[in-house]
Amino acid sequence: MSGSADLREGFFQECEDLLEALADGLNAMDDGTADAEVVNAVFRTVHSIKGGAGAFGLETLVSFAHAFENVLDDVRAGTVSVSPEMLAVFYKSSDRLADLVEAANSGEENAPSQDDALIEELRQLGGGTGEDEEVSPDDFEAIGFALELPEVNDLPELEGDGKSEFEIRFTPKKELYANGNDAALLIRALKDLGELEITADLSEVPVLSEMEWDEPSVSWHLRLITDENQSDIREVFEFVEDQCALEIIRIDEGADSLPDISDFMQVQEDNPPVFLPPISPESPTVISADTRADIEGISIFGKKAEKKVTATKTTIRVDLERVDRLINIVGEMVISEAMLTQSVSEMSLQSGNQVEAAMAQLKQLSSELQESVMAIRAQPVKPLFQRMSRIVREAAQETGKAAKFETIGDTVEVDKTVIERLADPLTHMIRNAVDHGLEETEFRIAAGKPAQGTVTLSAAHRSGRVVIELSDDGAGVNRDKVRSLAIKKGLIPDDADLADTEIDNLLFLPGFSTNDVVSNMSGRGVGMDVVKSEIRALGGRVVIHSSPGSGTTVSISLPLTLAVLEGMVVQAAGETVVVPTSALRETVRADEAGVQVLGSDDLVMSSHGELVPVLDLGACLGYREMPQDFSGLTLLLIENENGRRTAVAVDQVFDQREVVIKGLETNYGFIPGIAAATILGDGRIALIVDTDQLHPVTSLHHHEVGASSKGVLNNG
Amino acid sequence: MTISVLAIDDSRTMRGMLAQALENAGFEVALAEDGQQGLDKLEDSQPDVVITDINMPRLDGFGFIKGVRGQSRLRGLPILILTTESSPALKARARDAGATGWIVKPFDEGKLVSAIHKVVVR
Repeated sequence: MSGSADLREGFFQECEDLLEALADGLNAMDDGTADAEVVNAVFRTVHSIKGGAGAFGLETLVSFAHAFENVLDDVRAGTVSVSPEMLAVFYKSSDRLADLVEAANSGEENAPSQDDALIEELRQLGGGTGEDEEVSPDDFEAIGFALELPEVNDLPELEGDGKSEFEIRFTPKKELYANGNDAALLIRALKDLGELEITADLSEVPVLSEMEWDEPSVSWHLRLITDENQSDIREVFEFVEDQCALEIIRIDEGADSLPDISDFMQVQEDNPPVFLPPISPESPTVISADTRADIEGISIFGKKAEKKVTATKTTIRVDLERVDRLINIVGEMVISEAMLTQSVSEMSLQSGNQVEAAMAQLKQLSSELQESVMAIRAQPVKPLFQRMSRIVREAAQETGKAAKFETIGDTVEVDKTVIERLADPLTHMIRNAVDHGLEETEFRIAAGKPAQGTVTLSAAHRSGRVVIELSDDGAGVNRDKVRSLAIKKGLIPDDADLADTEIDNLLFLPGFSTNDVVSNMSGRGVGMDVVKSEIRALGGRVVIHSSPGSGTTVSISLPLTLAVLEGMVVQAAGETVVVPTSALRETVRADEAGVQVLGSDDLVMSSHGELVPVLDLGACLGYREMPQDFSGLTLLLIENENGRRTAVAVDQVFDQREVVIKGLETNYGFIPGIAAATILGDGRIALIVDTDQLHPVTSLHHHEVGASSKGVLNNG
Repeated sequence: MTISVLAIDDSRTMRGMLAQALENAGFEVALAEDGQQGLDKLEDSQPDVVITDINMPRLDGFGFIKGVRGQSRLRGLPILILTTESSPALKARARDAGATGWIVKPFDEGKLVSAIHKVVVR
């Protein structure tokens, strides 16, 4: 059933929101800011997850949620009060719940384990109230809202003529009517069970003057011949048990005569109204053009589940591919618009003409359109941040440190793909922060800091980019140690003259993080260099700021979207090329840079006390040979992913702008040195340089094209 | 005339399931996310029967029922509560609050339809 699959998918989406709300609630409880409604909301999230899980037969999830819910119910009822220990268990349970949801979503649900320590812990916490009502798996079996078969007991009995006769005395009380029940309905329901003879007993009906309008005074004597048994009859009265006097007596078969009821006025219902026709799966789905459909919020559902979703929520689910296609088209449109603008401006029309005014408006609209479309892919970082809170807890537990986690700006929105790809680097950074950033408790106390360390994750928009910062209030980077380690590992020369921030950023060098520095815990075999390359792959930059004694901050700056890139448009050997600004550190005029020849061929320049190799972009891309003379050229100082700097010579720098990325890999495969292409305002295609892959052409290649090896660098 | 049902539940999944089951059964469906929204939607949706969850933000199921029964015009409106347990205590509480009947979660279409037919006048 596709409808059912949609609902299932919807359930898992809802679970994400519920888990988020659960985390929020627990945090509020942690801060001591929780009131009764927060506790109730926390209870509801778990309850809702359990309810949905039950409907989809996810037993493991149900039984865990049930145990969790029981304790929360006790908290809600006030029979137990929340202690820090209890909160710790709640956090763990919330993590477990998230795991179970994820497992269920990926279809990896295991059978509920019998001796689950966490469930046991939850039981211990409970006031002992909820334990009696153990969930029976039967309660959750055989669910199917897409049930297409008639219920077994709706089928006509096949065997026997086992008809029995019952006499039913039924006297409604006024509560029955007050609650919206109706004696007539009950009688009709009985009529459905078989042959019914109905007699109204009016003996208690008072004279009109004494009649109370809401006090029922009629009772009913009913005789029913049916295949069903007594419990089926009782079932009819299920909702009104306490709201009527009811007596059901089975009269032996063959006992043809009824008790004498001649005293009562007889009302024979010859033609009782027919019940609704039986509902069959074939009965047409109601797609009504009823005017109600126009009223906001009222949905009359068509056959498709999607319609349902659109009609009832303020959000819709859209295939990501469609969004990407839209983004692509808008990107093209922006380019066309830029081309058009350029053509119009070249037409040298009179100033104040209509075309230019219209163009200006078009430009405005298309940039708004582009922004809005980009916003579709944007999602708040909150779920990502919440996942990180778990990492902090786990890391703190593993290292035996006390750490609390704070988030700032979790409503900031970032491209969905960026969010997904941030999880790993952030995880690693957080583990590092707890493991290396925070001091052991005794050192913290000695330093006059609170025993519990704080790790803060924040997100903010800053000049068209998203800045995500992870700070700890630990001891800061031990610069002496880092420096000597870097020298020992041969990453920097012995006499390197490094500024403090440069030392801090040595942590990003590949080969820096080794077992001496990274414990097993934060390790996972990756160092901060991997974090850096991950971030760079997203078009981002990452830097460390540290102040001794008071902590370390790692800042990640990311583009708002992956579809556009901020680049510097430059000319290299007469070709227009885009260099991503994320890698760019400085631009220097070649005349002032003091380019020198080192050894036979190598060109270098000195930058911040370091010798930096100099390349020519045109030569790297094969447009020309390495120029002999750099005068008049501009050098772009770029930093590649392992922190090495290179100066790249270009003819001219035009401007810096956002360009729409057009992938080349589908058509051309991987081209070293080229990341993608873009279309400029004048319609020309410009290649976007992959600065990490920018290598000087090899000598061999150079020989092939018949050039001398002079000027060719090989800094391999 | 189609029976019109107002279903109130704070869980999106549950609303989706109710909508699908009710729609399959040929009912006209309106949905609300909590008791307050349920009350707000009564006027427009003119339901023949209401199905409501109990524990919801803003206004819970019992509060909703109270709100309905307080309006003389709606006194007789059948209201079924959705509950995960079918304990006698809960049933008694539901009846005291003015619920017409109940549906035990998880429900199937058959249960849902038969519960509705128990309380709807047609």
